[in-house]
Amino acid sequence: MSKTGVFIETTDQEIKQSVFGVISAAAAGGGEVTGFLLDGRADKYKDQLAACGVTELVALEAKDIDFSKSPQATGEALAKGATDFGISALLGVSSPTGNDVLARAAMALKAPLALDCMDVDFTANTVKKSHFSGKAVATLEMTGALFVCGIRPNSFEAVESPVTIKITPHTVEVENSDAIIVTEVQAADSSRKDLTEATVIISGGRPMASSDNFKILDECARKLDAVVGASRAAVDAGYAPHSMQVGQTGKIVSPKLYIGCGLSGSVQHFAGMKTSKVIVAINTDKDAPIFTKSDYGIIGDLFEVVPALTKELEKQG
Amino acid sequence: MRIYVCVKHVPDTAANIKIVGDAAYDTEVKYVANPYDEYGVEEAVSLVEKNKKGEVIAVCVGDKGAANTLKAVMAMGVHRSILIKTEDQFPGSDITAKALCKAITDDGGADLIFMGKQSVDGEGMQTPYRLAAEMGLPVATGIVAFSHGGETVNVQREIDGGAKELITIKTPCVLGAAKGLNEPRFPKLPAILKAKKKEIKEMDLADMGLTDQGQCRLKSLEPVQERSNAKILEGSTREIVASLVQILKEEEKVI
Repeated sequence: MSKTGVFIETTDQEIKQSVFGVISAAAAGGGEVTGFLLDGRADKYKDQLAACGVTELVALEAKDIDFSKSPQATGEALAKGATDFGISALLGVSSPTGNDVLARAAMALKAPLALDCMDVDFTANTVKKSHFSGKAVATLEMTGALFVCGIRPNSFEAVESPVTIKITPHTVEVENSDAIIVTEVQAADSSRKDLTEATVIISGGRPMASSDNFKILDECARKLDAVVGASRAAVDAGYAPHSMQVGQTGKIVSPKLYIGCGLSGSVQHFAGMKTSKVIVAINTDKDAPIFTKSDYGIIGDLFEVVPALTKELEKQG
Repeated sequence: MRIYVCVKHVPDTAANIKIVGDAAYDTEVKYVANPYDEYGVEEAVSLVEKNKKGEVIAVCVGDKGAANTLKAVMAMGVHRSILIKTEDQFPGSDITAKALCKAITDDGGADLIFMGKQSVDGEGMQTPYRLAAEMGLPVATGIVAFSHGGETVNVQREIDGGAKELITIKTPCVLGAAKGLNEPRFPKLPAILKAKKKEIKEMDLADMGLTDQGQCRLKSLEPVQERSNAKILEGSTREIVASLVQILKEEEKVI
């Protein structure tokens, strides 16, 4: 039986939420799912991982190496793990860290690599991913004994599939090089949550007119358990930091619900959010292009509609 | 100091892409320098300007039309260019990296290599890693800040939710640029005219003696179905938001 490996990405001693969707995709592929963990807290995570189908959790270690400081050693350790445990497909989340670790692992394995995939077929060894800024979907065929694949967050639902899990500590030898070292991690300035993992997003465009006005989106977001985003125009005007930008040169997101407030609906913005399940557009201009490519439209002033929506959500609890 | 910038000639992100056949597209569209590569060009050119010495060389794997992209980046201040010709818009990232590596090595070798963190057409996000692996150099991508310290460079890369990693890398190294690194300049007419006279050294990918392992093959391209017109919700603001909440909860089940 083939074995699929999943890089168990963690931040702040928690498994990244979208990892569970990746595990479910791997489990649905038919093979056994082996998790690879590099932060040393296997006992803490084992129940969560067993619940969604991880049969073996490999806790990778390397002598004298702090993986959090060495991205290259992390990638190489993951590669060694994949080889030692006979993995035929190595998956992870296409997050900034996930992409970096998977790419370094793929280089060490001399394996084919596809990042930001929306689908993967373990029988045909194909993946589907965006080309031309979301305007086309490409099917790529991967050859060789092993391929590496990063999955766009929220592409797969996490499904419960309880199994018995075995923890296997595994020490690998990797070069302890100082060619690339992470010297510090600076926390975000903003208290806003990460966009890419969000299941609901409410975004503001240039008509927001100031960073202060984003408060009305924050208030609505609290009721929706949503994360606030922004268009490039709003970011370039200085109303929001770049970390909040959705689109071609910002974050690629795939939430269940995307509410665009005062967005025109540019091709570049849609490149970053068109795989959302439901898109709602709020704009005063009835001819705005966004109304031609959304699911629901509200022709109205966001400064009236958004607070009214917040109030309605409050009322309904 | 010799800095190489790898640049891809790509369809403008605003261009309408028409898929033709199984895995091709109508190439009669406007092409530009890959926007992420422009951040790399700007960083390389401004570093050489600041140091008042050094050379910036652009390297491109592309068709003959890519000469226009090379002229555009030379107008931004790149000194000269190397064009590795292929008709394939999506050569695999492994053969691309091998070609870039050979061209850079044969040209004299790099002190630094910049490129975009990804192209906007293939969106592969891996050429920086493949080139670094070919050259045996350290690599970091998604760079939003850069400072040069001689034997090492310090860079920042954005990770989850706006947090940043501060990274020190030994030179030479490969760096993948992201938005936020700088504001690429718009060349003025004299710079555009001057760029027309700058050297573009051409070679054919097929003549470079490289083997393509073909690890990852583009099997098909399909256009993404756009949504059709939105269902416009009507009534007073209060009625509209009430019906929206009802739809999202009961019909779409997304909240």
